[in-house]
Amino acid sequence: MDFMSILSIFVMACFVGYYVVWSVTPALHTPLMAVTNAISSVIIVGALIASSAAAGGSATSKWLGLVAVALASVNIFGGFAVTQRMLAMYKKKDKKA
Amino acid sequence: MEHAAAATPAWVMLAYLISGVLFILSLRGLSSPVTSQQGNRFGMIGMAIAVVTTLLTHEVASLPEIVGAIAIGGGFGWFVAKRIKMTDMPQLVAAFHSLVGLAAVLVGVAAYLNPGAFGIADAFGNIFPVSRIELSLGVAIGAITFSGSVIAFLKLNGNMSGAPILLPFRHVINLSVLAGIIVLIGAFVLHQNPTAIVAADGDLWAVSMNTGGWMFWAIVLLSFAIGFLLIIPIGGADMPVVVSMLNSYSGWAAAAMGFTLQNTAMIITGALVGSSGAILSYIMCKAMNRSFISVIAGGFGADTGAAAKGSGVERAYKRGSADDAAFVMKNAESVIIVPGYGMAVSQAQHALREMGDLLKKEGVSVKYAIHPVAGRMPGHMNVLLAEANVPYDEVFELEDINGEFAQADVAFVIGANDVTNPAAKTDKTSPIYGMPVLDVEKAKTVLFVKRSMGGAGYAGVDNEVFYMDNTMMLLSDAKKMVDDIVKALGH
Repeated sequence: MDFMSILSIFVMACFVGYYVVWSVTPALHTPLMAVTNAISSVIIVGALIASSAAAGGSATSKWLGLVAVALASVNIFGGFAVTQRMLAMYKKKDKKA
Repeated sequence: MEHAAAATPAWVMLAYLISGVLFILSLRGLSSPVTSQQGNRFGMIGMAIAVVTTLLTHEVASLPEIVGAIAIGGGFGWFVAKRIKMTDMPQLVAAFHSLVGLAAVLVGVAAYLNPGAFGIADAFGNIFPVSRIELSLGVAIGAITFSGSVIAFLKLNGNMSGAPILLPFRHVINLSVLAGIIVLIGAFVLHQNPTAIVAADGDLWAVSMNTGGWMFWAIVLLSFAIGFLLIIPIGGADMPVVVSMLNSYSGWAAAAMGFTLQNTAMIITGALVGSSGAILSYIMCKAMNRSFISVIAGGFGADTGAAAKGSGVERAYKRGSADDAAFVMKNAESVIIVPGYGMAVSQAQHALREMGDLLKKEGVSVKYAIHPVAGRMPGHMNVLLAEANVPYDEVFELEDINGEFAQADVAFVIGANDVTNPAAKTDKTSPIYGMPVLDVEKAKTVLFVKRSMGGAGYAGVDNEVFYMDNTMMLLSDAKKMVDDIVKALGH
């Protein structure tokens, strides 16, 4: 892909993000932050490339990659789990009362 | 071939695209609590697709190490997520932001040291100029996110005073550091290698120095410094803006790395997270009637001590007991509860819900009114109320409920102050003038739970509501007061 097509994807995604985020109900702004946290850890893709492409490359680079994989994993598992925990708490008025 | 990544097979690009679309759907799900859990699952699937695709398409020479790293990190994250108290959510989110930032820096450094693996170098190991822009921006934003979030975490967690720390000449220092980063990025991009050098282990430092590497390292160091310098002067009450802003930065850092790797999933996610954080910052600033610049410039609330004293005249106010409060509310038809950060601090949300339940049994209509900046992060109060099993259809946002205070019998303010201050509507000299506030003073009776009469909120402004004839001050710890009211209602 050339730079211009990547830039186009990026700009379009910013607009999608703008409209999608405005439609998020304010009551869910904390889960929104938690889940954006989790998905921004997609940076793990870069970390995986760094740590798996070590053959013939640099060992420093590999270890940096592995540390980044671990950090991003904290966020991925932690972020999705805590979001799930929060979302499960939002309940409508129950009928038993 | 300009980029090695240009040879990526179509199915791989498709997989990353699908994962990006799933991330969009995960945010879309949050438009309603009903669809939100489904959305979160989409997010998880998207992440799984991205990770598996990457592993399948790269030499997995070090698979055991990778799985080990995922297990250690993931296990730790999972454990923390299960154990964390809901009141500590702002700290947790700040800590998570710092990890994304640090991961971005590490990936950037790894890419810089081993550009061939990332497909961003020519046959001689020289990094393409475009990639140099993306790489240096990525590490810079990542480093700012990291150090800024660490400070935000320390402030929110109470390891560091929430009060602004003001260095002399801080604006000059900050602007020079920022300018330095920009100049270095420019120089790093324009730098041409005189000779082709392929990075090899052992003399990495020497190699990187020869290829203009000192500029790269200086960018990283200065960015760590600026993240730190930017956040220390910002006071605790402005944290909702800071946390949202850092959320945005973590997104832009991921996007910059996505450009480097030409990875659609990363670019889409980065753009989503970046705009999400930016919009939240905007909403928070608007809810405080402050400009983003003034928040970032920091220092708000620094002179609380002096301003809170005001005229120094003791003013008369009515003080009530838990029994009085219980009596008033029991005989009311409608009660609107206004929670603030004080409720979170004293963990009063469960007792509050119990109080609401007892009142409902007495036939009182109970609603909750949430100001956008109540608490330390966007939506903080909503999560705490949800944790205490308050149904979300009893919880209302400022603009949806503000008209109802005039008809309400009781406004029960607990741990909130500035967001109820009518001075924001009337007093042009007030630091909070123009901020949208909850019209609690229009209710027939205002019950105001507050620890003591001293200390007037973060803005250091006295609140006229305390001294009104129809206000009863309930001076106590929020949780203790609500517990006592619950006991009194039980009789």
